[in-house]
Amino acid sequence: MQHIWIVLGVLFVFLNIAAGLIWVERRLLALWQDRLGPNRAGPLGLFIVLADTLKLFFKEDWIPPFADKQVFVLAPAIVVASVLMGLAVIPFAPGIVVADLNVGLLFFLAMSSLGAYSIVLGGWASNNKYSLLGALRGASQMIAYEVFMGLSVMGVVMLSKSFNLTAIVEAQQHVWFVVTQPVGFIIFFIAGVAETHRLPFDIPEAESELIAGFHAEYSGMKFGMFFIGEYLGISLISAMTVTMFFGGWLGPGFLPPVVWFFLKTFAFIALFILLRASLPRPRYDQLLGYGWKILLPLVLVNLLVTGAIALWIRS
Amino acid sequence: MISHLRTMWLVFIHIFHKKVTIEYPEERAPLAARWRGRIVLTKDPDGGERCVGCYLCAAACPVDCIALQATEDEDGRRYPAFFRINFSRCIFCGYCEEACPTYAIQLIPDFEMGEYKRQDLVYEKEDLLIDSQGKYPGYNFYNVAGMDAGVKAKGKGSNEEEPVDIKSLLP
Amino acid sequence: MPLLFYISSLIAILATIMVITRYSPVHALLYLVVSFLAIAVIFLSLGAPFAAALQVIIYAGAIMVLFLFVTMMINLGKQTALQEKEWLQLKVWIGPSLLTLLLLGEMIILLLQPQSASLSSAVVTPRQVSMSLYGEYVIAVELVGFLMMTGIVGAAHIGKHKKKNLHRFLQS
Repeated sequence: MQHIWIVLGVLFVFLNIAAGLIWVERRLLALWQDRLGPNRAGPLGLFIVLADTLKLFFKEDWIPPFADKQVFVLAPAIVVASVLMGLAVIPFAPGIVVADLNVGLLFFLAMSSLGAYSIVLGGWASNNKYSLLGALRGASQMIAYEVFMGLSVMGVVMLSKSFNLTAIVEAQQHVWFVVTQPVGFIIFFIAGVAETHRLPFDIPEAESELIAGFHAEYSGMKFGMFFIGEYLGISLISAMTVTMFFGGWLGPGFLPPVVWFFLKTFAFIALFILLRASLPRPRYDQLLGYGWKILLPLVLVNLLVTGAIALWIRS
Repeated sequence: MISHLRTMWLVFIHIFHKKVTIEYPEERAPLAARWRGRIVLTKDPDGGERCVGCYLCAAACPVDCIALQATEDEDGRRYPAFFRINFSRCIFCGYCEEACPTYAIQLIPDFEMGEYKRQDLVYEKEDLLIDSQGKYPGYNFYNVAGMDAGVKAKGKGSNEEEPVDIKSLLP
Repeated sequence: MPLLFYISSLIAILATIMVITRYSPVHALLYLVVSFLAIAVIFLSLGAPFAAALQVIIYAGAIMVLFLFVTMMINLGKQTALQEKEWLQLKVWIGPSLLTLLLLGEMIILLLQPQSASLSSAVVTPRQVSMSLYGEYVIAVELVGFLMMTGIVGAAHIGKHKKKNLHRFLQS
């Protein structure tokens, strides 16, 4: 019974965070651009979330006649489903975790790699050349950055000697892994930005070149799924960064562990939005070249050095 | 890398800068006196209509949103029988104001003319005519015109010569 | 968890049949993904979560995305679907399916033998997997590493630009 409550609670909290991010992102972006942002609907403009959701619900849900219908409908479901599955393994506080798998980290990587299908299938099924270009870019970007994402957390796995995320958090009792694994953290975060295809790495959707890329043909709640999926992805990557490098729920005792976890997560969500506000989008080949030529050697060296030091300390 | 971090920091400290947003209904942006907004028809200092129904504004209008019909009263003074501006077409270019020989048609700094029905954007003469002289106080076209339209007799205007007596042979 | 095993095996078999019978290549690939996911669940039910996770990450998450990538790039349209339809005639598939049925029959006979072992075994942890990979089978791992290296070198060689493409104004 308690398990069901945890599942429902995680679902409720994260779907609400994802919806609330509509408001948070607009307000923060506005603040960083010397504007005020949405502040009319309701207190502090918070009802913009409600208004936006209602708008998306009541828009015409149009499927283009030239689209591949089944795949077109399937694609937005995959993005939300895969991200929500990824949230299942994150420990929010001692005992509050949906599935305490002993391969939890691998499960997260698996789910984030399945998320690539939403872009690829969405772009292909739209049967539109811009969407297809977006899908091709998305596929190569996500495959490339999955590699670094997987490799960058292996240092953490070496130090904590476990794939279980609860064990990883508990291994950070004395010192957070961001101190011992700074390179791993940076590469994980960069890969996370690319994995959620957020700005500055939003080349699958690249408004200025590809209109909206893979979701150009989507409307109504199907577009809403991509929209929510992106915000859920941000929350997931932020939560994973906190879990693996910033001690998860650990923190001084004057606040409960869950509060610490969400405070840190929100700090990273804000960092995501700051990245969007400040950095320009690289070119497609620059992104891939940067990944394969700089990040991959760097992450391998990081892995080597971590392994060597771990062995040296043990001997 | 350093430059990226610097960029992010510089953007971040914008959170403490003064915001440029003007919260419109409560706070209004100052509009210049020559701001081109709603079109009005102005009146003479004596309260007569300035418009003489010359159709120049309708001819100058690039989107053809002005329609009028000229007529005359018993004094021979021309005025529009109807004057209609379709503000759903108007682009507020101000060409009508430039074309107007009598300073009758003027654009004023007012833009709050939102309507729910498109038909309500078609302004008739009653809506356009205002009880004001607009940007040119004291100007009356018939004071400087050469004709008698009930404002002044022929030849009685300032800087105006008496009409030539065609019956006389004197120079 | 024998029930989980049987359900996912059924899904895997059905999905694989769908892979073969689909005319549109992208739909076939999607069913292949479903089949891989079902196989991952089979691994999980057999107590090998590490293998299950790798199955999803590598096969379903990376390799199939690359397959889709290539299929999208070469733009297989309606003609290809028609061509596939022509290929899938009775005389083409009856032979292989008879042979497969024979194999299935053999497997059923084997399964019906009384000494079949129980499905649920101990869970294989990632630690055990890595210990056996880098202890017992280290030579195989090294050899696979060499193979991968040749692949990477080959790809780098093919992808290398030899000729500089100058603009026609810059060519003297």
